[in-house]
Amino acid sequence: MMFDNILSILVFFPALAALLGFVVEKGSIRAYGIAVAAVEFALSLVLWYAYDPSVVGMQFMESIPLVPAFGIHYLVGIDGISLFIIVLATFFTLIGIASLGEVSRLKDMILTLLFLEMTMVGVFVALDAVVFYVFWELSLVPMLYIIGAWGGPLRIYASIKFFLYTFTGSLVMLVGMLFMAYFYHQATGVWSFSILEWYRLVLPENFQIWLFVAFFFGFAIKVPMFPFHTWLPYAHGQAPTIGSVILAAILLKMGTYAFVRFSLPMFPDASVFFMVPIAVISIIMIIYTAMVAYAQEDIKQVVAYSSVSHMGVIVLGTFALNVEGISGSVFLMIAHGVVSGALFMLVGVYYDRRHTKLLSEMGGLASVMPHYATIFGIMVMASVGLPLTINFVGEFLSLLGFYKQSHILTLLAGTAIIVGAIYMLAAFKKAFFGTVTNEANRGLKDVNGRELFALIPLVLVTVWLGVYPKPVLEPINNSVESIVSLMHEKAITQEAKMRIPNPSQQEAASGGSH
Amino acid sequence: MSLALLILLPFGSSLLLGMLYLFTSLRSERLYALIGVGAPLLISLIALWLGYGQLQGAESLHVSLFTWLSIDALRIEFALSFDHLSAVMMAFVSVIGTLIHLFAVGYMRGDAGFGKFFAYFNFFMGAMALLVLADNPIILFIGWELVGLASYLLIGFYHRESANVTAANKAFIANRVGDFGFIMALVLLFGAVGEGGFSFSAIEAQIYSVDHALLSLIGVLLFVGAMGKSAQIPLYVWLPDAMAGPTPVSALIHAATMVTAGVYMVARFDFLYVLIPAVGLFIAVIGILSALLSALIATMQSDIKKILAYSTMSQLGYMFVAVGLGAYGAGIFHVFTHAFFKALLFMGVGAVIIALHHEQNIFKMGGLRRFMPLVFYPMLIATLALSGVAPFAGFFSKDAILAAAVASEYPLFGVLGLVVAFLTAYYMMRLLLLVFVAPAKHRHTSLHVSPYLSLPLLPLALGSAVAGFWGMGGAYGGGDALTHFLSLSDYAHHLTHKSEYLLALLSNLIAFAGFALAYRRFASGAREPQPTALFERWILERFYVDALYHALLVVPLRRISLWCERIVDDRFVDGTLGLFSGGYRTLATHFSTLQNGNVRHYALYFLSGVSLLSLLLLWRL
Repeated sequence: MMFDNILSILVFFPALAALLGFVVEKGSIRAYGIAVAAVEFALSLVLWYAYDPSVVGMQFMESIPLVPAFGIHYLVGIDGISLFIIVLATFFTLIGIASLGEVSRLKDMILTLLFLEMTMVGVFVALDAVVFYVFWELSLVPMLYIIGAWGGPLRIYASIKFFLYTFTGSLVMLVGMLFMAYFYHQATGVWSFSILEWYRLVLPENFQIWLFVAFFFGFAIKVPMFPFHTWLPYAHGQAPTIGSVILAAILLKMGTYAFVRFSLPMFPDASVFFMVPIAVISIIMIIYTAMVAYAQEDIKQVVAYSSVSHMGVIVLGTFALNVEGISGSVFLMIAHGVVSGALFMLVGVYYDRRHTKLLSEMGGLASVMPHYATIFGIMVMASVGLPLTINFVGEFLSLLGFYKQSHILTLLAGTAIIVGAIYMLAAFKKAFFGTVTNEANRGLKDVNGRELFALIPLVLVTVWLGVYPKPVLEPINNSVESIVSLMHEKAITQEAKMRIPNPSQQEAASGGSH
Repeated sequence: MSLALLILLPFGSSLLLGMLYLFTSLRSERLYALIGVGAPLLISLIALWLGYGQLQGAESLHVSLFTWLSIDALRIEFALSFDHLSAVMMAFVSVIGTLIHLFAVGYMRGDAGFGKFFAYFNFFMGAMALLVLADNPIILFIGWELVGLASYLLIGFYHRESANVTAANKAFIANRVGDFGFIMALVLLFGAVGEGGFSFSAIEAQIYSVDHALLSLIGVLLFVGAMGKSAQIPLYVWLPDAMAGPTPVSALIHAATMVTAGVYMVARFDFLYVLIPAVGLFIAVIGILSALLSALIATMQSDIKKILAYSTMSQLGYMFVAVGLGAYGAGIFHVFTHAFFKALLFMGVGAVIIALHHEQNIFKMGGLRRFMPLVFYPMLIATLALSGVAPFAGFFSKDAILAAAVASEYPLFGVLGLVVAFLTAYYMMRLLLLVFVAPAKHRHTSLHVSPYLSLPLLPLALGSAVAGFWGMGGAYGGGDALTHFLSLSDYAHHLTHKSEYLLALLSNLIAFAGFALAYRRFASGAREPQPTALFERWILERFYVDALYHALLVVPLRRISLWCERIVDDRFVDGTLGLFSGGYRTLATHFSTLQNGNVRHYALYFLSGVSLLSLLLLWRL
C-alpha cells in the first residue's frame, strides 16, 4: 500500500532534505526551504486525508527491531490525537520558513528548522519509549541553537536555562521509562519499550504513583507548569521570532501530549490520585501567570505569560479524565498552537520594523498599520476565548469536562474568562490605540505580502475551526474515547473506576465492530 | 432557510464591507451605505414576514444548520428557532435597527471610518439576530459574546482618543465578569440535564428533575450574566462610559437592543425562573435598586448622552422588576416599547450634537426648538412616552409593570417604582427644556439638520405613540394581546380594573408633578449644578461607585500583578529553583577541593574508608 511508510517519510524527509540543503546555494536556499516544507506539509495533509477516524487504535504503524534483546523497536503510528499536532507542526514550519525576514545566516536557520521539524514529527509519531525519548531530547538541540545563535543579548543565559530545565526533567523521565520497562519484564518475562505494550500492563497503585511522578517531571517542565515555568519567559524573551513561534506552537505541546499518551493510559489510578493537586497547579497557572502577564511592559512577555496561562486550561482539561475534558484539551492544544503562534508572529512583525518589543515604544499603531491591527485584534479575541474562535471550543469543553470532577475548582478555573481579557485588552490598547506619540512609529509600513502569507491562513483556521470544529474534533474524540475506556478498564481502585467514566456504551459498540 | 438568512445576511454584508474597507481604496459612502442599510432592511422584511406568520398562528420554526459539537454524550446543534418571543424581539430589533442604520448614514457622513462603521454595525445586527434566534443556550451565549464584541469595537470606534478605548475595555471586562456567571451557569445546567439534549425545549422538559438548590444557583449565575449585559448593580459602571461611541451606536446597542438582552434571556429561561421565585425576588430587588440609583444620578448629570444612558439603566431596572416578579410578558412589553422611544431620544440627541458641533453639555444648549422642530416634536412624544403619560407607548408597558409590582406580595416595589417614575419625568423634562426651550447659550443663528437625521425619527415617533396599544391591558379595553401572544409562564398577580385605574391616575399625576418641578426650575434656563448639600454632591459624583471600584479593584489588581511579577515570580519561584543550580555549583566547588592531587589527603580518605568499612563489618557481626 502506498501509505505503508508515510510516517517514516514524514519524519526523515525534512532531515534528509536538510542534509542535502548544505550543498544548495545561498541564493536559492529560501526557495529550497519553502519547497521542502511545502512538500512536507502536503504530505501531512495526505496523511490527514488517508486517516480513517472510524478505526480504533493506531494507524500507519511501522515496526523495525532496533535492539531486539531489550525489545527496542523503531515503532511509529498515529491516532487522532497525534495527527493534528503533526499537521500543526508541518504547517508552522512552512509558514515559519516562508515568513522569515532578513535573517543573518539564513541557510543555517532554514536547515536548523528542517532538522527541528524531524524531531517534532518524530516525537508525535513515536510509539516506542526509546524512540520517543530520542526525538524528545533531539528537539532540544536545534532550539538551543536557534536561541543561542539568533537570540537577544541574554541569549546564552536563556538557552542554558532552557536546556538545563528541560534536560533535568527528561532525565527523571528516562529513569521512569527504564523502571517501566523493568516492571514490564518482571510481569511478562519479555522486554518491551513499546508504549502499546505498556498500556496493557496493570501496575499496583503505589508503583503507578512513583512512575507517574517520574514522568511528570519531564512533562511538567516542558509544558511548563508552575513553578517550573520560569525558563519560558527567558527563552521567549531572547529567542528570535521564529524560535518563539515554534516553541509556543509545537514544542510546549510535547508536554501536554505526553500526559495524554503516557501518564493517563499507563497510570490511571495515579492520575486520579494526583488529579486534585494537578488541578490546583493548573488554576495557579491560569490566574497567577495572568496576573504576571498584566504587569509586563514587553508585549512579547505578555504573550509568553498568556501562553502559560492557557496551558493551564489544557492541563486541567487533560486531568478531567473524561472524554469531554481530554478531547477539549487536545483540541485546545491545536488552538493554542495556532493562536499563540500567530501572536508571536505578530509581535515579530513589529520587532522586525522597530527592533523593540516594549509597549511604551508602541501606541496608536492602529492608525498607522490598519491591517496589522485587524489581524492582531482577531488573535487577541481568539486568545480571550471569544466564541466562534478556535480557543473557545477547547476551553469550554475542558471546563465542562472538569466540572464532572470538581465543581468548585471548575468555578475557580473559569475565572480564566475574566483574567485573560484584562491583560490582553490592556496590552492591545497600549500598543494600538490612542494617538501616535512615538515619531518612530509614524512611517511604519503595514504588513507585507510575505507576512500576510503566514498570517492569513492562521486567521482562517482560527475562525473556521471556531465555527465548525467537527473535522478536527471528531477524530480526536474517537481516539480519546478509546484511551478513556482503556483507563476505565485498567483502573484498579474503586475511586478511579468511578472517576473515569466509561464512554457511552453505544460508542463502544460501534468501535468494537472493527 | 429564511431563518438562516436572518443571520447570514448581516454577517455576510459585514464581511463584504470589511473587506472592501480594508483591501480596496473604495471610499464611496454611497456604496457602503447601500450595502450597510440594505442588509438590515432585507432582514426586517424577512423578520416581519415570518413574524406575521407567527401572528397568524403558524408553527414555530426550527432549523439546524450543522452539529457544532459532538463529544461523548454532549451534542450541540447550531440551531435557530423562531417562536413568538423571538418574533417580537426580532421584529423590533430589525426594524429599529434599520432606521438607526439609516440615521447613521447621515450621522457618520464624512467620517474616514464610514465603511468600517457599517461593517461593525452590520456585524452587530447578525450577532443580535443570533442571540435572539438561538435554539439552545450555547448558541445564545455565542450571540451574547458577539454582540459584546460589536459593542467593544464600536465604543472604541474613535480609537485615537485613548479614553474611548478605556471605556471599551471597561465595557468588555465588566461584561466578562457577567459572562463568567453565564458560562458557569451553562456548565452547571449541562451537568444537570445535558445528557438528554440541550435545546431550550429539551431543557424545559427535564427541568423538574433538577435539584432545587442547584437550580437556584443556576438562576443566580445566569442573572449575573444579565447584570453585565443589561447594566444592573453592581456591573453597570460600563454603560455611562460606553457613550464614548458614536451616537447611533448608543441608540442601537446601548439603548434599544443589546442591553435588553439580559431581560430577554431571563424571559427565555422563564420555565427555570418560574421554579425559583426567591431568585426572582432577588432579581426584582436588584432591578428596583438599579432603577432608583440611576434615575437619581440622571437628575444631576449635564452630559446629554449620559442622562439618557442612566435613563436606560433605570428602565432596564423596571424590566427586571417585571421579570423578577414573574410578569415576563410585561417585561418584554416594556423592552418592546422602550426600544422605540429610547432609540428616538438618542437619535434626536445625535442630531442635536451634530448640529452643535459635538457639544454634549445641556447647559450650553437651549432654544433649539426653533431650529429643529422635526427633532423637537418627536423627542417630545418620546419624552411623554418614557415618562409614562397616557396614552403613549410607555404608559401601557410601565403600567403593566407597576400593576404587577403593586399586586405582588411586596407592594413596596410599586411604591419605589412610582418614585422612579417621578424622577424619570423630572430628568426628561429637564433635558428637553434645557436643550430646546430655555434661552440659548450658544451663538448659532441657523442650524442644519440633514433629512437622514430627522426623517428616521418620524416612524419612531409614531411607534412611541402607538406601540403600546398592542399590549394594552384589559382595563383599557385591550386584551393583553402581546402577553398572550408571548405566552410565557407568567405568575404575577393581576389588579382589579378599579385599582388599575387608580394606579394609572396616580402615575400620570406623578409624571406631571415631575414635569412641573422641572418646568419651574429649568424653563427659563439654569446654570450647571453647583451642589452644596451632601446628598446632591453624592448624586453628582454618582455615589462614588466608580471611585470605589477603582480603589478596591483596579488599583489592587495592578499592585498584586506587579508584586507577582517583581517578587514572587522573579525572586521566589525562579530564585528558589535557582538555589538548586547555585547549590549544585557550591557543592561542586567543595568536591573539587577534595580532589586536589595531594597524596597525603588521598591516603587520609583511604584510611577513613577502610576504618568505616571495618566498623560496619564489626557491627554487622
